[in-house]
Amino acid sequence: MTVTEQESGPEGSDDEGDMPGAGGALYTPSPRRLERERHRRARARRATAIAALSTLVTGVVLYFVVVSAPGWPRTKETFFNGQYAREALPKVLEGLWLNVRLLLVCGVAVLVLGMLIAVARTLRGPVFFPLRALAAAYTDFFRGLPLIINLMIVVLGVPALRLQGVTVDPVWLGGTALTLTYSAYVAEVFRAGIESVHPSQRAAARSLGLSNRQALRYVVLPQAVRRQVPPLLNDLVSLQKDTGLVSIGGAIDAVRAADIIVGRSLNYTPYIVAGLVFVALTIPMTRFTDWVTARMDRRRAQGGTT
Amino acid sequence: MSDAPVLRMESVRKTFGDSVVLRDVDLDVAPHTVTALIGASGSGKSTLLRCANLLEDVDDGAIWLDGEEITDPRVDQDAVRRRIGVVFQAYNLFPHMTVLENVTLAPRRVHGVPRAEAEEHAGELLERLGLGGRAGEYPDRLSGGQQQRVAIVRALAVRPRLLLLDEITAALDPELVGEVLDVVRDLKGDGMTMVLATHEMGFAREVADQVCFLDAGVVLERGTAEQVFADPQQERTQRFLRRIVKAGRL
Repeated sequence: MTVTEQESGPEGSDDEGDMPGAGGALYTPSPRRLERERHRRARARRATAIAALSTLVTGVVLYFVVVSAPGWPRTKETFFNGQYAREALPKVLEGLWLNVRLLLVCGVAVLVLGMLIAVARTLRGPVFFPLRALAAAYTDFFRGLPLIINLMIVVLGVPALRLQGVTVDPVWLGGTALTLTYSAYVAEVFRAGIESVHPSQRAAARSLGLSNRQALRYVVLPQAVRRQVPPLLNDLVSLQKDTGLVSIGGAIDAVRAADIIVGRSLNYTPYIVAGLVFVALTIPMTRFTDWVTARMDRRRAQGGTT
Repeated sequence: MSDAPVLRMESVRKTFGDSVVLRDVDLDVAPHTVTALIGASGSGKSTLLRCANLLEDVDDGAIWLDGEEITDPRVDQDAVRRRIGVVFQAYNLFPHMTVLENVTLAPRRVHGVPRAEAEEHAGELLERLGLGGRAGEYPDRLSGGQQQRVAIVRALAVRPRLLLLDEITAALDPELVGEVLDVVRDLKGDGMTMVLATHEMGFAREVADQVCFLDAGVVLERGTAEQVFADPQQERTQRFLRRIVKAGRL
């Protein structure tokens, strides 16, 4: 016998319906309940059938629209060429390793720098005014500056200065630019988290004699970070694909690897390959984000909002 | 000087914008006594407690803790708060910490008590308040009454000189109020000095050595529980108590 989820009460009370006759009192589902469940099952079957049909129809329509387009044969040749795809894939994957490394290093740097900026913005007292102002100016500036322009300034501009001891490696410079921009976003995520912790929590911590810094360290930040995991992961997903932009400095990542083949062959298939590879890399991360978010929502729904 | 007040307030004034919450409050709390603050919502009971713990700065007047003026701006506020325990209406437990972590946070981080020692003391207190098996739980797994008892243990864990209780039963279901009030009775038996803001008039009458009726930012009437409840002198106190009786709360 099936007991659908809607039926078991939100309180999670003992539901004898799960195991008829297992408890002391013998319970037999009433005909009314059986009828209701039959109806729900029928409705669920119908919904699945409709979803399948409409997917099929949409797919077929899209296929014919694309294939019957006047430029399709040519487009197919330049964007979806199997031979170039096979040629590009290993090189793109080789380049992708750079993107993955960039993601890991920049991801860590962004989390650290973002947290420092967020904390700087919450500091009180006149001594910290310059730090507060600097942090505010930083987030304002780098959230507004288009990433591509930031990258060009750092990757092309810094080497032009010919500074002693400063790297001209486009990977390092590109990573720096990514870190600068993303730290600004992540700082705002952290700050929102810090502000979302109810003032009564800070009051409770201070009433125990904790200093402002200890209250932040032990009470406010742990709660803020936990709450902000979903938006943080979202930003990391975004960072993951934006690592492809370091190719503008000439670093051979997945995008640049595709670019090289395109330049030689004048066939765009390698771009499609690189794009799909990025999507394939992003999907697990997105699913992970969804899973974490759902888990946290469930926890909150269980009543952890003291 | 053993009867020197633990807490002393003189002409305390506190405003929030245009609203004067405490107009002119005087208060003396003798050691090992319980003071109950009663009065309508908004009469300033909670604000008085928050001022006593320096969670709010007073506008005027002065407060002394064990003879030291704590409203002096040169005083180390964190050091003052370490000597005062507070229990809030909404418990304010830290949801990301277990019961044991909630209780040992301040002893370990503020007082530098070694972990093992802090946990042992916490364990004893939890045991005493009937929370023996709950040390590893997170607050959201506990009932309101249990959460409030954990909050009391948390406040006691730093061995405070004075305990401030801010309407600690107001957020509880009626059947859970008793277990929390039992704890307060026990603490009184131990000689803990306490100031409690409360709407539980029956309890205030039973447990308080001194009752203060707050009205419009002043202590309008004060005395022993018998004096204030049985023979109130002020017309406004009489009216307040009549309303309470009518509502069946006394």
